[in-house]
Amino acid sequence: MSTVLKLQNVSKAFGAVKVSDELSYELQSGEALGVIGPNGAGKTSMFNLITGALSPDAGSIWFNGVDVTGMSAAMRCRSGIARSFQIPQPFGAMTVFENALVAATHGAGLSKSQANEQCLVALEQTGLLAKANLLAGNLTLLERKRLELTRALCAKPKLLLLDEIAGGLTEKECHALVDTIKDIRSTGISIIWIEHIVHALLAVVDRLVVIDFGRKIAEGEPKAIMDSQQVKEIYMGIEVDG
Amino acid sequence: MDWVNAVLQGVLLGGLYALFAAGLSLIFGVMRLVNIAHGDFIVLAAFLGLVVTTTLGMHPLAALAIVVPFMALLGYVLQRCILNQTLGNDILPPLLVTFGLSVIIQNGLLEIFTANPQKLSAGALETASIPLGGGLNAGVLPILTFAAAVAIIAFLQWIFYRTSLGRAFRAVSDNQDIAQLMGLNKSHIFGLAMALSMAVIAIAGIFLAVRTSFDPSVGPARLIFGFEAVIIGGLGNLWGTLIGGIILGVSQNIGAQINPGWQLLAGHIAFLIVLAVRPRGLFPRVDG
Repeated sequence: MSTVLKLQNVSKAFGAVKVSDELSYELQSGEALGVIGPNGAGKTSMFNLITGALSPDAGSIWFNGVDVTGMSAAMRCRSGIARSFQIPQPFGAMTVFENALVAATHGAGLSKSQANEQCLVALEQTGLLAKANLLAGNLTLLERKRLELTRALCAKPKLLLLDEIAGGLTEKECHALVDTIKDIRSTGISIIWIEHIVHALLAVVDRLVVIDFGRKIAEGEPKAIMDSQQVKEIYMGIEVDG
Repeated sequence: MDWVNAVLQGVLLGGLYALFAAGLSLIFGVMRLVNIAHGDFIVLAAFLGLVVTTTLGMHPLAALAIVVPFMALLGYVLQRCILNQTLGNDILPPLLVTFGLSVIIQNGLLEIFTANPQKLSAGALETASIPLGGGLNAGVLPILTFAAAVAIIAFLQWIFYRTSLGRAFRAVSDNQDIAQLMGLNKSHIFGLAMALSMAVIAIAGIFLAVRTSFDPSVGPARLIFGFEAVIIGGLGNLWGTLIGGIILGVSQNIGAQINPGWQLLAGHIAFLIVLAVRPRGLFPRVDG
């Protein structure tokens, strides 16, 4: 197994607020990593640092053995990092299919026919095929979340970053989503998934990282992490007596 | 019949105004940049046409083959080297920088070409006209200008809605940050948009130079006509820009028909009426 992503002492602060504090971990090829932590812990900022929307104050980020710390967001996408957003941000005046096409042609660098093919496959996989010709601005919240996933997939990522993609879904929708993500994983794509819906997360991931105040406070096998008192205290906000 | 003629000539003049406006509309649509130097670039293209036609002895329309690629390249370099640095959350820097460019271009042209009025000669094409019956005549050159405007707007529309580049323009226009995460290089896309805008400017400049005499100081007035056409038609709607140009051209010609001194005034009044009644223009873009 090779290392897909390596964060090495990555730090970032906005004024006095540290969103990333000496954060380090590795992700192996084909692995699915879950990230949990309280709101404001710096989980989404970590994604911004990995995709290049933010640049770290210190530390380095390695993708497939290449130091990408100084690389632009566009180049990182083209080299294989794609993400979905917690709050969906589709190109509202473009159709669902066009949204996907932008990622496929520019993110994955596919030719016209390959891009069309890739979009059809991704739309099928995420169940949006029937909505392909609607304006993305007219989609429901659930559909927008699916479009986030579709766009990320169309960029043909080697590493897929999912940001609270299960939030707001019904139990049934959540099951369908877990199945979709398992499918995606079976194609060899490495995944980092930030999620508050822990049971959905645990159905997919191999390992958990817990973040609080930008620091990694625990890392390891999911069950052991969820059972640890430290996580219960900090993440769940449960007071545990002696 | 004079009135019918005034309207007809106004419609054809509107084609020229649409050419002035199309490039302005395009870059505003893609990067929210208001190019104050737009009119001066039109005049720059006209002078470039003058140099090409006099040194190479070419017909002005043939000179387009040189002026258009030159201006497009200039646009790309200008965007990458200067204008991209001015874009951000603040709308003031691009305004100031393009205003500065406007001053530089006007004075540069004045230094090189003096203030003497110049004109491109298109030979027999300038006076050729097609009789339409009933004493009406339509000049071949105005018809060509109008046809060029329609063709260019159709072409831009095709690029925007049918090509990968157009999707990139629309994606960047919608949300720059997300577009970059989809692999789009914002600086490059903006460069291409400015190149396209400058190519249209080049065509507008040549048609302007054949139609009327020009000197280094006439740019700002072309900018105003361009602005008015864009705003009458509705921001971000290219076909609306063509209609805006036509409304402006027709108003000016009707004004001139009433009193020769009222030509420009009538155009501005039409613009003000539209602004008062429909502040977003006649055909504003409907965002999804």
